[in-house]
Amino acid sequence: MSAAQGIGVGEQQQLEDDQHDSGSSAPTQPGRRRATPYLLLLPGMAWLTIFFILPIATLLSTSTQTRPEGAEIGVYTQTFRVANYTDTLSEYATVFARSFTYALIATVLALAISYPLAYAIAFKVGRWRNLLLVLVVAPFFVSFLLRTVAWKQILADEGWVADALRTLHVLSPDGRIINTAPAVVIGITYNFLPFMILPIYASLERVDPRLMEAAGDLYANALTTMRKVTFPLSLPGVVAGTLLTFIPAAGDYVNSALLGDPVHTTMVGNVIDSRFLKVVDYPTAAVLSVSLMVSILVLVGLYIRRAGTEELV
Amino acid sequence: MSKMRRWLGRNAIRIYAVIAFAYLFVPVAYTLAFSFNDSGKSNIAWRGFTLDKWKNPCGAPDVCPALGNSLKIGVLATLIATVLGTMIAFALARHRFRGRTATNLTIFLPMATPEVVLGASLLALFLNLKINLGFNTIVIAHVMFCISFVVVTVKARIAGLDPRLEQAAMDLYADEFQTFRRITLPLVAPGIAAGALLAFSLSFDDFIITNFNSGSVNTFPKFIWVSSLRGIPAQANVIASAMFFLALIAVLVGQAVTAGRKKQKA
Repeated sequence: MSAAQGIGVGEQQQLEDDQHDSGSSAPTQPGRRRATPYLLLLPGMAWLTIFFILPIATLLSTSTQTRPEGAEIGVYTQTFRVANYTDTLSEYATVFARSFTYALIATVLALAISYPLAYAIAFKVGRWRNLLLVLVVAPFFVSFLLRTVAWKQILADEGWVADALRTLHVLSPDGRIINTAPAVVIGITYNFLPFMILPIYASLERVDPRLMEAAGDLYANALTTMRKVTFPLSLPGVVAGTLLTFIPAAGDYVNSALLGDPVHTTMVGNVIDSRFLKVVDYPTAAVLSVSLMVSILVLVGLYIRRAGTEELV
Repeated sequence: MSKMRRWLGRNAIRIYAVIAFAYLFVPVAYTLAFSFNDSGKSNIAWRGFTLDKWKNPCGAPDVCPALGNSLKIGVLATLIATVLGTMIAFALARHRFRGRTATNLTIFLPMATPEVVLGASLLALFLNLKINLGFNTIVIAHVMFCISFVVVTVKARIAGLDPRLEQAAMDLYADEFQTFRRITLPLVAPGIAAGALLAFSLSFDDFIITNFNSGSVNTFPKFIWVSSLRGIPAQANVIASAMFFLALIAVLVGQAVTAGRKKQKA
């Protein structure tokens, strides 16, 4: 349990630390060997520099390469062609928009499912709390690919969900769920649900119930208490949860590949995957990767500012 | 009628929670149930109950070698990432130094980068350096994305320690090394264990980054992906279900032990 809970709590802790550099308490005596922190950092940071920062730089450099006339497939040279970006992005604008739309809908759905659940676990279940938290993480213990394949079975044309919806006339007799956009969104929502529940739970757990009682004593009804007291206090968890859901959702391609349709539900991740591994069109894949990363970082920055929790980052 | 409505009102959130849990567990139930399916090559339609697949989990070709690779990669990547991540966590929680913000950013960014970008960028590097893809490149990739999670988990644990415990040890003439080994490390150990478990589960279940950097080496998730096109053998479900129960038991036992200890203290 504590492992997965650590994501939520730890994340916030780390975000807080970024801002208050001097905040960490430590028995640091003056004159303590100055080299110690650097020695501790060296191996890990070297690993991240070589295998994270350097690759991102390589990707940036690949994104402006072009294939020389008559060269073999997969051979590209650096020509600093920035027009790669305009070309690729105009070609894949729809795919980009679709990825962010799916990710956004999935994030909103996940929030709608997770918040009441986290609230119930934090305040309404008494001594069942720890067991229920284990149950929240338990699906994680099954390979996520198998769970996605299970959705493929559940949503299949002859499956019980489609049957039920046809009986209820929600779905036309020849209508289907599998290989449609809703199937992909259901899959994405499901996939990252614990990432949403755990941070929200972690911040709700720290809300002092007496504050909610006080609101009640001051004649706030349940809704007002939620709107003015509980929800604002749990905002750090909501922000962390939505980010932990939105970011992987926007880059996901497994759900689209397994539950979607190869043309109409293609996401950026699918294109990056196929450009890189099948078509060996590295510059296009690199342009898409860089653009995906940059747009996510920009959106995340804007969102955090908007959510008014700047002190978190 | 109004009684029922009041009951509904009071229990609405609990009912909601039950539905949410159902959503969480339906696919898990499918995965578990289909490990008992008397299926042929593909395992999509229910054909009747059998224990055959559980008796012979390696019965389908490639399943067990792929599982073996995943376990080996998981253990190795977890070991390296836990050591490196714990060192960084101590540096960040216990020391002041220049370049703190840059360090924090370097830890944060891999967690904020979509996996497909991490996978693609690493592949771009390996291609440029003409490094052969295989077991080693998978381990390198897994360590890279696990470090940050270990750092965050361990750092949270260190930050929650009571500094007076270490001061007390020092007051009792323990030197710095003794204090670290006998006081600090045992207190931080649960955080390190949590970080290691998290790293292992991330590594074991990773498909996207692995798929970019694995060359011809097979892993368990990769095996599922490849066979999903022509039908996943029920043995994959058996292995996944066994892992599910093992993990669940481990967590529940862990919780029971912690609860027991708390009771003893109280």
